[in-house]
Amino acid sequence: MGATPAFWLFMGPFLAGLVLFVYLPIAWSFVLSFNRAQNTVQPREFVGLQNYIDLLQPGPFLDSLWTFTIFAAIIVPLTFVLSLLLAVLLNQITVARAFFRSAFFLPTACSYVVASLIWKLSIFNGVRFGLANQVLSLFGVENIAWLSSVNPPWYWLVLATVRLWLQLGFYIILFLAGLQRISPELYEAAYVDGAKAGWQTFRYITLPQLRTTSVAVLLLNLIAAYQAFDEFFNLLSNSSLARPPLVYLYYTAQSNQDYGHGSAGAMILAALIVLVTLGQNRIYGFGRPET
Amino acid sequence: MPAEMSHLPVSTRRTFLSLVGALGLGGALAACGGDSGGVDTGGGSGGGKPTLKQWYHLYGESGTEQAVQRYAQGYDRATVEVQWTPGDYESKLSSGLLSDSGPDVFEYQLNVDMVRSGQIVPLDDIVGPVRSDYTDTDITATSLDGSIYGVKIVDDTGFLYYRKSLLAAAGVQPPTTMDELINATRALDRGGVKGLFIGNDAGVTPAFGGGALLDLVLWTAGTASLTPDNKVGFTTPEAKDSLSKLRELAQSGSLLLGAPTDWWDPSAFTQELAAMQWCGLWAMPKIKEAFGDDFGIVPWPALSATVGKPATFLGGWTSMVSAKARDVDLAKDFVKWLWIDNAEAQEDFNLSYGFHIPPRKSLASRAQKLQEGVAADALRIFNESAVAPNPMWTPKMKSAFADAATAIVRGGGDIDAELAKAQQAVEAELARLAA
Repeated sequence: MGATPAFWLFMGPFLAGLVLFVYLPIAWSFVLSFNRAQNTVQPREFVGLQNYIDLLQPGPFLDSLWTFTIFAAIIVPLTFVLSLLLAVLLNQITVARAFFRSAFFLPTACSYVVASLIWKLSIFNGVRFGLANQVLSLFGVENIAWLSSVNPPWYWLVLATVRLWLQLGFYIILFLAGLQRISPELYEAAYVDGAKAGWQTFRYITLPQLRTTSVAVLLLNLIAAYQAFDEFFNLLSNSSLARPPLVYLYYTAQSNQDYGHGSAGAMILAALIVLVTLGQNRIYGFGRPET
Repeated sequence: MPAEMSHLPVSTRRTFLSLVGALGLGGALAACGGDSGGVDTGGGSGGGKPTLKQWYHLYGESGTEQAVQRYAQGYDRATVEVQWTPGDYESKLSSGLLSDSGPDVFEYQLNVDMVRSGQIVPLDDIVGPVRSDYTDTDITATSLDGSIYGVKIVDDTGFLYYRKSLLAAAGVQPPTTMDELINATRALDRGGVKGLFIGNDAGVTPAFGGGALLDLVLWTAGTASLTPDNKVGFTTPEAKDSLSKLRELAQSGSLLLGAPTDWWDPSAFTQELAAMQWCGLWAMPKIKEAFGDDFGIVPWPALSATVGKPATFLGGWTSMVSAKARDVDLAKDFVKWLWIDNAEAQEDFNLSYGFHIPPRKSLASRAQKLQEGVAADALRIFNESAVAPNPMWTPKMKSAFADAATAIVRGGGDIDAELAKAQQAVEAELARLAA
């Protein structure tokens, strides 16, 4: 079955773009990762695994993975629980349903850069003009330097809330789709058998039926946490207090112009994402037929 | 024509609209490529003259962009296309210098990797004849391996700005040592006005132009990040004391943190959020507008009365010529014409829009705006206390030292352990450069 000319007419440009802007750079990055490439994107000297060894020594790259771990530990469960909770509520309400769904989904259309700047300059501004500080001042609380305070590290609150605001809507939609796939007969049968509405049906019917969706949400969330860049870059820039892998690699490649180490770091990160995804699939059985 | 293609209804209205749409998309994509600089026919738009591409970052002062466009139009040997870059100029320039579509002439600061990788060309032949008209710090900042690689176009520097009335009310003098600064900061922290603003990062984390004190903390302790023979200079006892004093300042609770803008913007000072601020010369007009004569300036204080001396930085921008310029000689000629021969443009660029020091000593000494009051103090402090950045200090070295300083000053980390980590990273970089 050959593809029609129309297929190539429509798909050709996208496939060409994919090859040119995605696969070729990945392949080139793989080559560079085994070379010294300072201030050049041409492989200058083959160094074998040295770039990888350098990065995996105790230092800023491993620290950045630690930052990712903290971020993922905060954001993945929070996003999961809140999006599931809000999806269940949105699935049940009968009044202004479209409005509420739109209200939660709209932030996903907002740019991370814009949201980060609003968070930084308006809401979590550390002086008396900041919204959060103005609210706190009503309760007699002194100004908090949200992004500058190290003890306690309030910047995590800023980072977590901006991402939650931006991405909750997307995961709510996924859960809503999952919830709407659950057959009402299951609940009816449970009620006939004496199950109580609420936690009992949620625990024994809704959650198991959402297994596939839940795994997808966890997986996408975790990958998104690995790829965290915009909010860290715009809120903290090159701060060792919280510098996730992509921010570290950005500065390695763009500021230091060290494309060898930058490429090696990108390869390590890609390998980690693949490993975690495969591991998660194995644990949760993503893709296996539902029982 | 292949058989399958004959199925396409080539003569329908839909096909016609599709083709028009495709052509439109092609046109739009071509437009994304930028101005005519992307399609240089060699003829340019100036009647057969060659084209030069000149890149600038975005200067905050209004009128500057129009000024550089005007200067460019005055050059008659080539059509000069000025590219004004808002946002991340550093990244754009890095990418530009790697490709053939980058600038011919650009402004930046010299660093060793640009030289060693052959991205820029020496400019000894154009700077050499007027070398004595530049300060030693300017020549140091633009030289490496015995050659001069750039022409300073703007000299900038920084000061500790203070409100005279607030210091008088608190009974403190402008500080000259770190202990005096810490005490003054504490004494001035009252009535909702913090004592001092040195950036939201306490001066040590390179975020959005931050890390303002990373060099100063060493210079005012009588050392530098690298010694003259390119060894690690930040592990001396004095450097450790200096970081310790900065930590004491950061933990005093009297520093302003969390301001909407950073140390380079005078808003925190002019909005009376802090009684003192470390800021640049460029901010002086706005500060004068806000406070009239009720402000003064000093350099960053010495570590103590007996160790180190007050210091400030030599900042600003340097014009360089890309080794990939299509006509290197022409690009050099343009740089010479604009930034060496054209004294009027240099004075206009430095003093008519923002507030900077013209790098040519002959110009700075006769510039009317630098002759009296606080501006004259600024020129004196610059000449006496400005320290040139070391081109051997690479971004990776800076990042390693900044991480250590952040851990020490903001995180309360162990000074010896953190500096040892930074030393290891810097020595690895030095070894790479030596190789």
